[in-house]
Amino acid sequence: MRKLIFAIFLAAAPMLGLASGEGPHLEEANIDLGDQASLQRGAKYFVNYCLSCHSAKYQRYNRMAKDLGLTDEEVINNLMFTSDKIGDTMNIAMPADKATGWFGNPPPDLSVIVRARGVNYIYSYLRSFYLDEKRPFGVNNTIFPDVAMPNPLWQLQGSQKAVYEVEKDSAGNDVQVFDHFEPVTAGTLSPEEFDQVARDLTAFLTYVAEPIQMERKRLGVWVLLFIAVFFVLAYLLNKEYWKNIH
Amino acid sequence: MSAEGVDLKKRRTLTLATSAVGAVGAGYVIYPFLAAWAPSEKAKAAGAPVEADISKLEPGQLMSVKWRGKPVWIVCRTEQNLKDLPTLDDRLLDPDSNDTGQQPSYCKNPTRSIKEKYLVAVGICTHLGCSPTYRPEVAPTDFDANWKGGFYCPCHGSRFDLAARVFSGVPAPKNLEIPPYQYLSDTTILIGADGGAA
Amino acid sequence: MNMMKNFVGWIDDRFPLTKVWNEHLAQYYAPKNFNFWYFFGSLALLVLVNQILTGVWLAMSYKPDAELAFGSVEYIMRDVDWGWLIRYMHSTGASAFFIVIYLHMFRGLMYGSYRKPRELLWIIGVIIYLAMMATAFFGYLLPWGQMSYWGAQVIVNLFSAVPVIGPDLGVWVRGDYVISDVTLNRFYALHFLLPFILAALVFVHIVALHKVGSNNPDGIEIKKNKDANGIPKDGIPFHPYYTVHDTLAVAGFLFLFAAAIFYAPEMGGYFLEHPNFEPANPLKTPLHIAPVWYFTPFYAILRAVPSMMGSAFPGVVAMFASILIMFFLPWLDRSPVKSIRYKGMLFKVMLFLFAFDFILLGFLGTQPTTDLYKLMAQIGTFYYFAFFLLMPIYTKLDKTKPVPERVTK
Repeated sequence: MRKLIFAIFLAAAPMLGLASGEGPHLEEANIDLGDQASLQRGAKYFVNYCLSCHSAKYQRYNRMAKDLGLTDEEVINNLMFTSDKIGDTMNIAMPADKATGWFGNPPPDLSVIVRARGVNYIYSYLRSFYLDEKRPFGVNNTIFPDVAMPNPLWQLQGSQKAVYEVEKDSAGNDVQVFDHFEPVTAGTLSPEEFDQVARDLTAFLTYVAEPIQMERKRLGVWVLLFIAVFFVLAYLLNKEYWKNIH
Repeated sequence: MSAEGVDLKKRRTLTLATSAVGAVGAGYVIYPFLAAWAPSEKAKAAGAPVEADISKLEPGQLMSVKWRGKPVWIVCRTEQNLKDLPTLDDRLLDPDSNDTGQQPSYCKNPTRSIKEKYLVAVGICTHLGCSPTYRPEVAPTDFDANWKGGFYCPCHGSRFDLAARVFSGVPAPKNLEIPPYQYLSDTTILIGADGGAA
Repeated sequence: MNMMKNFVGWIDDRFPLTKVWNEHLAQYYAPKNFNFWYFFGSLALLVLVNQILTGVWLAMSYKPDAELAFGSVEYIMRDVDWGWLIRYMHSTGASAFFIVIYLHMFRGLMYGSYRKPRELLWIIGVIIYLAMMATAFFGYLLPWGQMSYWGAQVIVNLFSAVPVIGPDLGVWVRGDYVISDVTLNRFYALHFLLPFILAALVFVHIVALHKVGSNNPDGIEIKKNKDANGIPKDGIPFHPYYTVHDTLAVAGFLFLFAAAIFYAPEMGGYFLEHPNFEPANPLKTPLHIAPVWYFTPFYAILRAVPSMMGSAFPGVVAMFASILIMFFLPWLDRSPVKSIRYKGMLFKVMLFLFAFDFILLGFLGTQPTTDLYKLMAQIGTFYYFAFFLLMPIYTKLDKTKPVPERVTK
């Protein structure tokens, strides 16, 4: 009987391998949510480079202060540029209908973007803008083809172009496949420094997507420990009662 | 099933131990549900302190700001108003603000305020919650022949003086509430926070 | 403790408390050979209580309005104290409910728990399963994410595929020409209502169970062998033996449940789907629309059946038939024995393949249709129906083993 059950699951398991992802290759972000300095830098980059167009309308400033180890004053002085109060959420002034006129679609809110697309997606996206004169802002993105936004970090990263290789598709035709980027102009940061900026920003957005996650994992240890203790007692109780049932 | 070999004592101890741990666990499970009823971050943010600019407030004028959904009045009292306040003591229910729940400790004084000149009070009648009308005139009125200025509640006729103290013999049982507040400058009052001075 | 006795006596004079306690717990005799597969009934009850408790609590903060719904869920996750925990308990609980129920149903398939005199018990169970599916379907629209919106759009469009009355039926279900705020509000009301109907059905289910008594892994009727006191020789009182036994099961289940809540609430996108973290956008269809994992086997069957005469209706019929056929199970199984333990190789192979098939169809339901996957789904659908429709034949043909008089371990 047990062998039957086991066999069923053994046979079904390989299906997990079939459910592989499609789409462009994503770089490992290697963020560390326990690194408050990284999150603080990420907050700084977000406020300076993203918040003019992208809201994070479910994230409160005072919560960010508490979770990132900053005082309310530090946040007000360094990360808030409007008349917003410390208890407010990270909204933007851009009206949605104007945004549609300027960009086609209003720039999406980024509160839970990391949960929608994935950590590595966001990290790779930030690093994958390349020069494309056919686009309205002169740039395109290999992770999000024909994206409607400019590269907000172009001054830090510099600019790069996309280099393609010719490959055969499943029908035997020649297709252009993205191979690698080549730098065109230098930015103010080295590639490693820029990667760290992207990493910090991704870490910050990962925090914003679910601010409770670190606390959740911390609590989980105690919860599982408690249940384990309860399980042991229930096991002993069960054994005692069932001792004389045959 | 045999009844022999049933160690009742062991059964009882283990049942007790398991139940005790289970009860503790149940307590841990119930706690988040109860805690979830506390004011949320959104409610706390909406209830955050409010700044009021009093630079344009003339003597005898009243301005109103909304704090936690309630009207908070700031009244600029005249010299005459301040002189009249002590003369009303014997007509009031609680002239010395002995009910400590109605004002912060720094407003337990004859003018029920930080600075004499300005009264800051929650504009909700302590009877049944209507908002009284401001009656600054120092002259006889139809409800009081000896009126020295104050507030009159149209719902059931309660009266308060210009230190927001309730008159005796009216339905309202308490002085108007003085909220926690502080002066950020000579022209700005922050209502709802006092840096823990209360 | 004399006070206790007096208090209980006072109640007993006015309410059959002790009578119910005895008849359904302390003197209700259940087979002594229940194994692991018999945990899932009480675990299902636990999960139902969890869903109702967490659900009502979420309802205190959730806003069933198309403009506010998505934001209200984030409000619960961030601004309400412990809201995140209550939300995860509810979302993980929904998937846990279906895992537990599928295992509970599989137990029934293995041990013939649907056989006479338990046909009605099984039927009530299938009704509960349908009520669960409806509840989950209505509930999934509520977060108003991309998958919420488009999943509902696809499924309600199935109703529109019904010939003649279809389009009007679709509008009637939605209350609008497309899935909209109107639909959201009514699905919310239905999602709130159904669990209480479900609870009533569970009560009826247990009443039916207690009338005939539980089956067991050997498929033997323990009431056939009673001792001098009229107590089944192979029976033991539910309380304390199974109340204690089930407590252990609850502890084990809670460990896994908590592990999921605290360490994998999204479960790789199966419990909380990634596209649902994007607010619903009626103008943008996601690349892959798939229902939540517990519906995917039936979704695979729906897509496997090709459109006929320009209508997707045959697929709809096949999908509903695949669920409704369960009602007939008690009459399809013609084996002289109840339990798989005494059935022959034929049934064992058919059941093994059925379980594998169900999982395979489930996987196929999550994937976009390719030619290969479509063929696999068609074979899977064919086998699914064959398992049931051929059952009268292969259960009769099957060689059975002699069933013992008394239960075995």
